[in-house]
Amino acid sequence: MNAAYIALIPALPLVGFIFIGLFGKYFPAKISGRLGTLFLAVSTCLAGWEAYQYFFVSGAVGGTYQTTYPIRFSWLEFSPKLIVEIGTIIDPISVMMLLVVTLISLMVHIYSAAYMRGEKRYSTYYAFLGLFTFSMLFLVLSINIIQLYMGWELVGVSSFLLIGFYYDKPSAVAAAKKAFIITRFADMFFLIGILIVSYIGKSLDIPTLISNLSHASSFTITSPLATGFMGFSLLSWGLLMIFIGGAGKSAMFPLHVWLPDAMEGPTPVSALIHAATMVVAGVYLVARFYPIYVFSAPDVLKIIAITGAFTAIFAAIIACVQYDIKRVLAYSTISQIGYMIFALGLAGWGVNKYGFTAAMFHLFTHAIFKALLFLSAGSVIHFIHSNDMRDMGSLRKKMPLTHIVFLIACLAISGIPPFAGFYSKEMILGVAYQTNKIIFIIGIITAGLTAFYMFRLYFSIFWRDKKVQIIRGNAHGSASMTIPLMLLAFGAIGAGFIPFQKLVTFNGQPIAMESNNIVTVLAIVIAVVSIFISAFIYLNDNTIPTKAVKRLGGVYRLIYSKFYIDEIYLFITKKIIFNLVARPVAWIDKYIVDSSINLIGAVTTEISISIKTLQSGRIQGYMSWFLGALLVLVLIFMMS
Amino acid sequence: MFGVPISHVLIVSTALFFIGAYGFLTRTHLIMVLMSMELMLNSTCLNFIIFNKYLFPGTQDGLLFTLFIITIAAAEAAIAIAIILNLYRNFQSVSPEETTTLKY
Repeated sequence: MNAAYIALIPALPLVGFIFIGLFGKYFPAKISGRLGTLFLAVSTCLAGWEAYQYFFVSGAVGGTYQTTYPIRFSWLEFSPKLIVEIGTIIDPISVMMLLVVTLISLMVHIYSAAYMRGEKRYSTYYAFLGLFTFSMLFLVLSINIIQLYMGWELVGVSSFLLIGFYYDKPSAVAAAKKAFIITRFADMFFLIGILIVSYIGKSLDIPTLISNLSHASSFTITSPLATGFMGFSLLSWGLLMIFIGGAGKSAMFPLHVWLPDAMEGPTPVSALIHAATMVVAGVYLVARFYPIYVFSAPDVLKIIAITGAFTAIFAAIIACVQYDIKRVLAYSTISQIGYMIFALGLAGWGVNKYGFTAAMFHLFTHAIFKALLFLSAGSVIHFIHSNDMRDMGSLRKKMPLTHIVFLIACLAISGIPPFAGFYSKEMILGVAYQTNKIIFIIGIITAGLTAFYMFRLYFSIFWRDKKVQIIRGNAHGSASMTIPLMLLAFGAIGAGFIPFQKLVTFNGQPIAMESNNIVTVLAIVIAVVSIFISAFIYLNDNTIPTKAVKRLGGVYRLIYSKFYIDEIYLFITKKIIFNLVARPVAWIDKYIVDSSINLIGAVTTEISISIKTLQSGRIQGYMSWFLGALLVLVLIFMMS
Repeated sequence: MFGVPISHVLIVSTALFFIGAYGFLTRTHLIMVLMSMELMLNSTCLNFIIFNKYLFPGTQDGLLFTLFIITIAAAEAAIAIAIILNLYRNFQSVSPEETTTLKY
C-alpha cells in the first residue's frame, strides 16, 4: 500500500500555515483565505479516500480491522532502547478522527470566508486555522507518545492564538491566557504520566506500550502492580495522570473553566474547538490507551467514568440558566464530552467494552451537530450583533434557513430519532444500562436536561415574540455561509445510520449490540417531555421563568454563577497560592538570591575600581613598579 | 692588563645600568628613553665581556652574546624609532607622559 499520501493529510494544512503566515501580506486577504481552504480541501479529499479505503476496501483482514503503521522513522535515537519515532498510525479511531477533523475544519474554513470578511487580520486567521488543523491531525496520527505530546502542545498553542484572536479586547486576551494556563497545568500531569507509563512499559512507542502493558504474559506487569501508593498501583497513577492531561483539554470538571471563556474567539473557531479539534483530544487520548486502561487499571476507568458522568450533568445544569447563546453551547459541549468520557470509563466495571464504540460514535455525531449548532449560532450573532438570547426572538421568519438547520441540530443533540445524536446517545445509554445503573440514571437525566436547554435556546432565538433589528440586509448570508450549514445539516440527519459497531471497535472486530427497548423508549420519552416543557415555558413571552427564578432563589443564583467554580479558583490562586507560596518565594528570590548575586558583583566592582589606576598607560610608571619589585626580590634572595 | 680588578669594572657596568634605568624613568622624550635603554643594554654587554674575560678566559661565549645583543639592539632601535614617528603623527607629542591611551 503506497502510504505517502497519508503524510500529506497533516502536511498540507502545515504548508498552508507556513505559506500564508509568511507571504500572506503580499497578496490580497481573499486569496490567502481561498488558498488555505484549497489546501484543506485536498487534505479532506485524501482523508475521505483513506477512510473509504480503510473501512470498505483494504482495512479489514479476515473481518478484523488491522492497525498499520504506513510511515515510521526514528527521529531521535538516544540509545538503542530509547528511540523517539515519528510516524503515522492507521487504525479505526485514527482514520475516523482524520475524517472528522478535516471535514469540520473544511466547513469552518468555507464558513469563515464570509463570517470573517473585512477583518484586519484575515490572512493571519487562516494561517492559524491551518496550524490548528495540522496540530490536531499530527496528534491523531501519532505513533509515539512523545509525538503525541508534541501534537498535544501544538493544539494548545494554536487554540491560544485563535481564542486570543481579537487581541485588542481584554476579555479575549484573558480567556486565551486562562485556556492556555489551565491546559498547561493539566499537561504537566500528562507529562508525568507519560514518564511513569513509558518507564513501566519500557518504551515510548504506543503500539509497543500497548502490547507490553495489556497482556497478562507481559514481563513488567506484576512488580509495579504489587507496589502501591494510596491503594493505587504506580501504573494506575501514571494512567490517572495521563487522564488528567486529557481532562484538561477535554474540559472535564474541575478543569472545565476555560471552555466557556474560550467563546471570546471568533465563532467559527469555537465550532472548530468544540466539534473537532481541541476538546475531543482528551477523549482520543483515553481511547488511544484504552487497552492499557482496560487491562491494567480498571480502577482508573471507574474514576474516568465518574468524572465524565458528573461533568455531564453538572455542565447540563449550568447550561439551563445561561443567557449567552455561545455559553449555552459551550456548556452543552462540556456535557456531551462528559458523555463520551463516561462511555469510555464504563469498561472499568468489566461487563463489556462496547462503551468504546459508543464513545467514538458519539464523538463523530457530536462533531457534526455541534459544528452545525455553532455555525448557525454564528449566523445569528452575525446578523443580530449580540450574543444574548434576551435580545433575540421571532427570527424564524427572517432567517428561515438558519432556523431549519438549527432545529435539525437541536433535534440531533436532544436525541430524537432519526437524527444522528439519537443513535450514538442511545448506544451510550444502552452500555451504561448494562454496566452501571447509577451512571445510566445520570445519563438519562442529562439527556432530558440537554433537550430542555437546547430547546430553550431554540425557542428563545426563533419563536419568542420580540422586535429584532437585523443589522445586515440579507439574513441568509452568502453562499459560503449557507453551504456548510446545509452540508452539516445533512450530516446531522444521516450520520446516525453509519454502522459504527461494525467499523470502530476496541479490537477491530465487529460487535453485536442489541438495542435495549427500555433504554430506547426511556431516552425518547424523556427528550420529548423535556422539549414540551421547554416549549411550554419559552415558546411565548410569559412569566414562568421569572417565577421559577424567584421560587428557586439561592439555588438559581448558585447555578447561574456556575457553582462559583471560577471564584473558588480565584480564591485558591489569589488568596492561598499567591500569599502563602508566591510571596515568600518572591521575597527569597528578591532579598536572598538576588542580593547574594549583587554582593558578588559589588565586591568585584569595588576591587576593580581600586586597582584600575595601576594601569595608567605610562610605561615609565610600569617600569618603576617593575624595577621596584625586582629590587625587593633581590633583597629577599640576598637576605635568605 | 689584569691590573684592573673585576670589581672596578663591575662597578662601572652597574653604574651604567642604573644611569640607564634612571634615564628611562625620568626622561620626557621617547628618544631619550630609547637612548637610556641602549645604555642598559650596553651595561649588560659589558658584563658579558668581563665575566668571559675574567672567569672563563679562552672561551668565546660571552663575546658571541654581546654580538647578538648589539645586532638585536640595532634592529630594535630601528623599530622603536619607527614607532616613535608614528606616535608623533597620532599624538603630536613624543612624551611618554602624554601617549598613554595605548593601554586600551
